[in-house]
Amino acid sequence: MASVAGNRFKQDERRRNADHVSFLKHRRFRWLWIALMLCIVTGLGYAMIDQEPRPNGGSWYGYTLGTIGLLLIVWLSLLGVRKRKITTGQWSLKAWTSAHVYLGLALIVVGTLHTGFQIGWNVHTLAYFLMLLVIISGIYGVIAYATLPSTLSSNRKEMTRAEMLDALTALDRQLESAAQPLGREQTDLVIAALEQDVFYGGAWGRLTGTYPGCKTNRALARISESGSEAEERVHALLVKRADQLGQIRRHLRIRALLEVWLFIHIPATIALLAALLAHVVSVFYYW
Amino acid sequence: MSDLYEVAIIGSGPAGMSAAGQAAKRGLSHVLLEKTDHLSDTIYKYQKGKHVMATPSNLQLRAGGYEEGAGGGMEFDEGKREFILDTWDRQVAEMGVNVEYNAEVVEVSGEKGDFTLKTKAGATFRAKTIILGIGTQGNPNKLRCPGADHPMITSQLDDPADFHDTHITVVGTGDAGIENALGLSEEALGNTVTILNRGTDFAKAKQRNADLLQAAHDDGKLQIRFKTSPAEVRDGEMVLETETGQETIPCNTIIARIGSQPPRKFIEAMGVEFTSEDRSAFPILSPVFESTKPGIFVIGALAGYPLIKHCMNQGYDVVEYLATGESPKPADEPLLEEVFAGLPGNKPVDHWLEVYQKNVDIFKGLSTLQMRELMLDSTCTAFAPGEVIFRRNEQGSSLFAIAQGSVAVEVDPNDPSITVPIGQGSIFGEVGLISGRRRGSTIRAAEETVVVELSRKAALKLIGSSPEANETVKRISIERQILQMFGSGLTPDDIAPLVASAQTEEVRAGQVVIQEGDDDKDLFILRFGSMLVEKAIGDRQIFLSYLPAGTFFGEMAVIDGSKRTATVKASVKSEVIRLPGDGFLELLDKKPQLRERALEVMADRRRTTDFIESQKDSVDNALELYTETAKFLSEQGIGEATDALLIDEKLCIGCDNCERACADAHEGLSRLDREAGKSFAHLHVPTSCRHCEHPHCMADCPPNAIQRGPDGEVSINAETCIGCGNCKSNCPYGVIRMDPVPPKKPSLLSWLFFGSGPGPGEASYSWRKSHGDPDLAKKAIKCDMCAGIDGGPACVRACPTGAAIRVAPDKFLTFAKITEDVED
Ligand SMILES: Cc1cc2nc3c(=O)[nH]c(=O)nc-3n(C[C@H](O)[C@H](O)[C@H](O)COP(=O)(O)OP(=O)(O)OC[C@H]3O[C@@H](n4cnc5c(N)ncnc54)[C@H](O)[C@@H]3O)c2cc1C
Ligand code: HEM
Ligand code: SF4
Ligand code: SF4
Ligand code: SF4
Repeated sequence: MASVAGNRFKQDERRRNADHVSFLKHRRFRWLWIALMLCIVTGLGYAMIDQEPRPNGGSWYGYTLGTIGLLLIVWLSLLGVRKRKITTGQWSLKAWTSAHVYLGLALIVVGTLHTGFQIGWNVHTLAYFLMLLVIISGIYGVIAYATLPSTLSSNRKEMTRAEMLDALTALDRQLESAAQPLGREQTDLVIAALEQDVFYGGAWGRLTGTYPGCKTNRALARISESGSEAEERVHALLVKRADQLGQIRRHLRIRALLEVWLFIHIPATIALLAALLAHVVSVFYYW
Repeated sequence: MSDLYEVAIIGSGPAGMSAAGQAAKRGLSHVLLEKTDHLSDTIYKYQKGKHVMATPSNLQLRAGGYEEGAGGGMEFDEGKREFILDTWDRQVAEMGVNVEYNAEVVEVSGEKGDFTLKTKAGATFRAKTIILGIGTQGNPNKLRCPGADHPMITSQLDDPADFHDTHITVVGTGDAGIENALGLSEEALGNTVTILNRGTDFAKAKQRNADLLQAAHDDGKLQIRFKTSPAEVRDGEMVLETETGQETIPCNTIIARIGSQPPRKFIEAMGVEFTSEDRSAFPILSPVFESTKPGIFVIGALAGYPLIKHCMNQGYDVVEYLATGESPKPADEPLLEEVFAGLPGNKPVDHWLEVYQKNVDIFKGLSTLQMRELMLDSTCTAFAPGEVIFRRNEQGSSLFAIAQGSVAVEVDPNDPSITVPIGQGSIFGEVGLISGRRRGSTIRAAEETVVVELSRKAALKLIGSSPEANETVKRISIERQILQMFGSGLTPDDIAPLVASAQTEEVRAGQVVIQEGDDDKDLFILRFGSMLVEKAIGDRQIFLSYLPAGTFFGEMAVIDGSKRTATVKASVKSEVIRLPGDGFLELLDKKPQLRERALEVMADRRRTTDFIESQKDSVDNALELYTETAKFLSEQGIGEATDALLIDEKLCIGCDNCERACADAHEGLSRLDREAGKSFAHLHVPTSCRHCEHPHCMADCPPNAIQRGPDGEVSINAETCIGCGNCKSNCPYGVIRMDPVPPKKPSLLSWLFFGSGPGPGEASYSWRKSHGDPDLAKKAIKCDMCAGIDGGPACVRACPTGAAIRVAPDKFLTFAKITEDVED
């Protein structure tokens, strides 16, 4: 409004870091353009510079590409440190991630050109394929980041993780008393359901969201909805419990899908750095 | 008939007890009357093990330094509650203080020289003078039903864990009652908790508490009984009055949290007058703490001094005065010397007190005591001609007054040579004080100038206690606000008639100020708070825009004589100035420049309206989303925010890096709970400080430890915070936590390579507890917007995806921002 008394918004907005865009669109795709430029320049160089005796890592242009690639990889790996060290200064992890993604993709071009399309059973090729592995897992990561968050938020329905577990505990308490009048067999079913670890199912269950041994579902299938009053009540509570478990499991699944690729991305990065070290040392040793 | 004591002291808090100790030392015949069966009930009721703070640290404790007579006086120093209470118990016994426990004074009659005090138990005491140190806690209200005195009723809950496997009824659904009920219904305790609500809503509680309670009810953790009140209390059971008749439930403990009666009525009945009708007003006192009823002295929290050290010093001072007829040099003298140290001429404290009091209009109605207290919370500075006092757009909510000299206000940002003078005795900075917004113009000293800067708290206290000051500030601020808003070229004379006809009005949150379609013709200026503008488009109410404090509205109908084209309602508690439309039109006729400006603003607003109206047929229902989102954000307190954290859940991967970054940027404790809080259309408002324009948390902080900083952040000074928790209960958004400073963590590298320490982010409670110093006091902590950290708030910097953003409502509550597509 024209008549606001204080107008220090520019400064404030800058401090607030208020631009509301995703890391992919950060600064109008600044890093996408930079990465594309890098690809085009290195590609043109590859095509136009006459490399003797043939294009490979050993020519001067090959060394140049190799150096660029190595520096990029080292820098890309430093994201792991940046993420955990909140130092002062005008930087944002969003900008880093944005640059990370696009420059990481540019490595496909830079790295491949550096090989001169020479592939073999050696440490050099190992490094190359490790790099591809890191990049492919990264691409999965970006797709996950772009598509999964809204399902995570819809599923959460304003509940925190702790609240979801609390809600389950509350249901369990009700179930416990509601199950008192049931017969021995049915009581056992309910007790088994209550005793089963919420997190049962292991990594596979988490990722796929399949829990074939779920005791709550089992109890649900065997305690009739239209039996005695007590059965009806227990059934209704079991339905609620299954719903609540469902929410928790969906939450776990989405979180797992958002994270699982890092279990490849990070170890492969470490292996890549080791392979690169061997690659560089061997190149200089045999030179 | 009992003896006639020299002095009867009512209340054995730090104030009363210190007075009694001093009376004992002086050999004055005295009696200390205490309501409960122990000393100092307020401190007795602190949480077990609470670390009691001795602030202000530069204030000397009077009694402790007194060497005559019985030797050292009442002691007090920072330490655990138990230690302090033990010390006082011991000292009171050693000094031979004459204490009467279980002696709640209910009636005082008589005159100076012979007062009669009646206690609830029926005993009477007689004394020549009375010292009143009963604090501000008051008496808890009682249930209004038979059995209200039953021993199973209590008005206080120290530790919910004291109760288990029992039937408990909580009466009252204010915050205290709800918090107690929630604590008692903790799963592990196995209690059966019922909470009674006389009505059907939780109007007296914070929304967050109400939500938690409802959730606990839905989960079966406790039972809320609506439209239910106690009918009778009997052994082991309670009769309830419900809509459908009476019902008896088993009950072993009743917690009555139905408010308390402030002691004011009791005190007024003695003939003591207060400064105003205001709830926060204090008794009128002379420099020696004597009230308007001769012979009755008031000290401690009741006199407006909530810190223990102040209380104890006053007890000492009053008794010294009674014993010697002379008041000792006030203990705050060295502090005041510091306050005045920067002023020219090396003059004594009394000189400056007099200068300020004589020259500054708003100080005219004050007593010396009030003056001293006011100056203690203030900063006094001398400026050379041309020196800047504050700059346009600086953060500041303090009030300035000119004791000597005059200042020049740069009214035109583009041309500093255009200035308006403000003379000796007047005030400036009042807009910041009232609206909570940044300074509107730069102000320089026009000559050698001496000013006083009153902190917001001090200024509000002054306005609350002196009707004259209140009037003056109001008049000046309306005048200046009009001048500032309508730009240069206007003089105070031009607008004098308008100012004279202006009325200020308080507006409740949600209250409509202008109704679309009406044809009233007034113009409004928003003094503080914020407004939401809505318009009916088709059959829907569509959100048009958000108006921050310092704007005017209602001009369209005035200028073009049309009916109101939109509805304007308050988003939070606000205050508006109502100006009659005719007066404004007259002014427009006289000042073509002003007309132009008004037309500009009007055209601007028309454009917004037209644009939004043009969206009404858009396919994706953008208008609906816009309106609903704006409504949601305003309900979440963004309307009164200056800077709030939002999370776009279309981008948030739940990595919690924001929380970890917050903890690592602030000694290891996160001030943000990402998951908690409400969401709408994937926009999430996490539990984190909104840096409110008028922070509720500041309202009742005894050491005045909460301040607004240069970047607009509301922050708590960890040095002076005494950990009383008032701010925590006053913040409606539940963003303040109480915790001791955690131990230092091993470095990131040693965690990465050797796995030592808890790693990045907030360490677990158990790690903090096992590695920390158990004697550290709990203090209030909350977001400080990463004040002083280069680069700004860590939460947004640490978010890898761009989900976390910080926003100001004026910039965010717009169509473009809210409907922005952030996805790729
Ligand atoms: C949780 C909390 C933490 C705090 N922490 C600190 C801190 O760390 N440091 C600090 O400096 N300040 C602290 N304060 C503030 C401080 O405790 C109080 O301001 C101070 O106790 C006020 O002292 P007082 O003597 O005026 O009144 P009180 O301490 O309130 O004492 C009043 C006494 O009068 C008695 N009484 C009341 N009515 C009657 C009657 N009719 N007849 C007889 N007796 C009566 C009461 O039972 C009570 O014992 C804290 C306050 C709270 C609530
Ligand atoms: C050889 C190239 C690459 C290396 C060495 C590398 C290395 C890393 C490292 C070390 C991390 C930090 C992980 C952590 O600590 O949590 C990381 C994160 C990430 N990488 Fe890569 N990366 C590479 C290529 C890519 C590519 C090509 C993409 C995407 C197309 C990508 C996407 C990501 C993303 C999205 C993250 C997560 C950011 C976050 O959540 O903070 N990476 N990478
Ligand atoms: S702590 Fe609460 S009341 Fe205080 S500024 Fe923050 S949100 Fe507002
Ligand atoms: S900051 Fe909060 S806890 Fe600390 S003294 Fe002020 S009101 Fe009490
Ligand atoms: S850092 Fe960003 S993505 Fe991670 S939890 Fe916080 S808001 Fe979500």
